[in-house]
Amino acid sequence: MSTDETGHGGAITPENAGASTAAGQEFLQLITPAGERISHPEFDSWVRDITDEQLCSLFEDMTVIRRIDVEATALQRQGELALWPPLLGQEAAQIGSGRAMRADDFVFSSYRENGVAYCRGVDLTDLLRVWRGNASGGWDPYGINMATPQIIIGAQTLHATGYAMGIQNDGADAVAVTYFGDGATSEGDVNEAMVFAASFQAPVVFFCTNNHWAISEPVGLQSHIHLAERATGFGIPSLRVDGNDVLAVMAATRLALDRARRGGGPTFIEAVTYRMGPHTTADDPTRYRDANELEDWAAKDPISRLASLLDRKGLLTAELQQQVQDKADSVAAEMRRGCTTMPDPEPMDVFKHVYSTPNSWLERQQDHYARYLASFGDPAGAVSEEGAR
Amino acid sequence: MTQLTFARAINAGLRKSLENDSKVVLLGEDIGALGGVFRVTDGLQKDFGTHRVVDTPLAESAIVGTAVGLAYRGYRPVLEIQFDGFIYPAFDQIVSQVAKLHYRTRGAVKMPITIRVPFGGGIGSPEHHSESPEAYFTHTSGLRVVAVSNPQDAYTVIQQAISCDDPVLYFEPKRRYHDKGEVDESAALASALPMDKARVLTEGTDATLVAYGPLVKTALDAAAAAADEGISLEVIDLRSLAPVDYDAVVASVRKTGRLVVTHEAGQSGGLGAEVAASITERCFYHLEAAPVRVTGFDIPYPYSKLEMHHLPGLDRILDGVDRALGRPNSLSGLEG
Ligand SMILES: Cc1ncc(C[n+]2csc(CCOP(=O)(O)OP(=O)(O)O)c2C)c(N)n1
Repeated sequence: MSTDETGHGGAITPENAGASTAAGQEFLQLITPAGERISHPEFDSWVRDITDEQLCSLFEDMTVIRRIDVEATALQRQGELALWPPLLGQEAAQIGSGRAMRADDFVFSSYRENGVAYCRGVDLTDLLRVWRGNASGGWDPYGINMATPQIIIGAQTLHATGYAMGIQNDGADAVAVTYFGDGATSEGDVNEAMVFAASFQAPVVFFCTNNHWAISEPVGLQSHIHLAERATGFGIPSLRVDGNDVLAVMAATRLALDRARRGGGPTFIEAVTYRMGPHTTADDPTRYRDANELEDWAAKDPISRLASLLDRKGLLTAELQQQVQDKADSVAAEMRRGCTTMPDPEPMDVFKHVYSTPNSWLERQQDHYARYLASFGDPAGAVSEEGAR
Repeated sequence: MTQLTFARAINAGLRKSLENDSKVVLLGEDIGALGGVFRVTDGLQKDFGTHRVVDTPLAESAIVGTAVGLAYRGYRPVLEIQFDGFIYPAFDQIVSQVAKLHYRTRGAVKMPITIRVPFGGGIGSPEHHSESPEAYFTHTSGLRVVAVSNPQDAYTVIQQAISCDDPVLYFEPKRRYHDKGEVDESAALASALPMDKARVLTEGTDATLVAYGPLVKTALDAAAAAADEGISLEVIDLRSLAPVDYDAVVASVRKTGRLVVTHEAGQSGGLGAEVAASITERCFYHLEAAPVRVTGFDIPYPYSKLEMHHLPGLDRILDGVDRALGRPNSLSGLEG
């Protein structure tokens, strides 16, 4: 197993984690790349309740979000979306953690957690609004208990920590979960978030998706130790899990959520996975990435891994496959329809929601612009792309 | 003379600076193997090595803060901030440290740091990728701020900025990166127009139109369109946003009696307000109408489907010119 692309070797045990990974293991794993279920004395208990039926449903979720991702990438290539950040390869990390949460937990994510948004029940059209250029935020955060995706690297970790401090003040047992990448761990915000979370023992889970790349920069450039080890320096217990193993991710997330709910404070999870696609549809990974690396990781594909496990258990029937396929097809079709039929925003929408109450200062600019548009006689067609160039 | 795109011209200027001065070092995210997300640093790491062209961890405050230390040590760091909207994590280092160290140490310490910032909109990007943050920096004493508008200037001014002993924010209009232009790579830097001088691009008599960065091209297009209607505009490329070359603008307004300033940034507290106020103070008796600003609105940069409404285009600039000239315009009949 050559999961440690950083070249910093050495087995990591999750100190203070209340559970440790098996000796000699790089990270917590419950399903091998060949699809074999291996047992773990401490972590098995966190997924013991997962029935065969639920395993099949995790398989369906992962297949569906991959399909959503592929469809959105196609929509971008067809000019229907301005940009798209693919999650290809990160399905287990997103579904394993996303399905571990409760409805009253609150997510603060980056731009790549579309699979998590799917778990939160996002309307698929809402998922695309930002990427089509139709809105600055795709959904009402309170509707699905998930903040709109963050582009400023790492900023959301502070928001999650603050939300968690609020939960704590309220005496509630919900948890704030924040998602960020390996590159993000270098930003000041993420480090300051860990300081606050540890100081106040806030009920927050730091879910770091180590997909090995920050655009063109390998994770080894960000850190000389495993990312999970960084957290312990802040006094935050951490876990390093195989991010392509949906059960391992789920077990680790459940442990972290449970600890937070019971007043045990923050936990840091490093999910070791791989970004198989480009950073975004505007990126060209062939400029910086070795094709062999991609092949190695394709062999650890999270979906085929779960499929192998299901196969071993005799669950991967033609019927199941058909059913999963149908679901993915219908979800993709629904998303495509939502995208292509999304009405364009109205010109004067640019002035909406700048402030919660109107002010004469901006109203004057708005009034002047309305007059300007009206001076063309045909407001809709007045301002062309060229007019702005 | 060679035909270069804007991005290649900056690349050529960076290359020249790296060649000429071993103390020049480049730092930024993705500037190495990838050559930057806009490929402005393409090939430089390959040719100058990883110690001269440094891929940094994702930490803007650290990029600028470590450049301060490098400058203390005699280096001339050239930093790339990937997009305008990502400069804010470094804001504190820029305005509290970079800008003030020369003053704080009574001139003992120099901060020859160049901060390259792709800025402005018009490329259909999501949030934080299209901002015009220049006014935050023009408001901070100790910083020089320039905005280039064509490949030749891009090539020359980057070298001037790097060899300047003051810190320079070098704003690159990202929607013009692929525009091509003639670049004379052999011209001596010493004979080039200093980077703190404005340039009159078209002579005119009816009104002065001041622009910088991405809107210079739009302003020139507007002047050409105005000429068709018999209006003669004098277009000034401001080039330096701090300090502003007011003498150049004053000379022009004395001639034309009218001023229109345009920028993508929002109106309030923007550079246009500063130029309008300064010109009003200095040219009050020469002005035949109040200065006019044609700018972005006082709103967060909008999502891409609506950005063309926010960005001043040719027609909006001409409408502003009509206002300055007292010709029929969209606000005719309105008072105040
Ligand atoms: C403050 C800030 N700096 C730079 C960027 C540009 N940028 C966008 S994504 C990215 C890489 C992020 O890598 P990582 O945190 O590992 O997450 P991943 O995209 O791999 O999921 C960079 C540098 C940004 N969005 N915000």
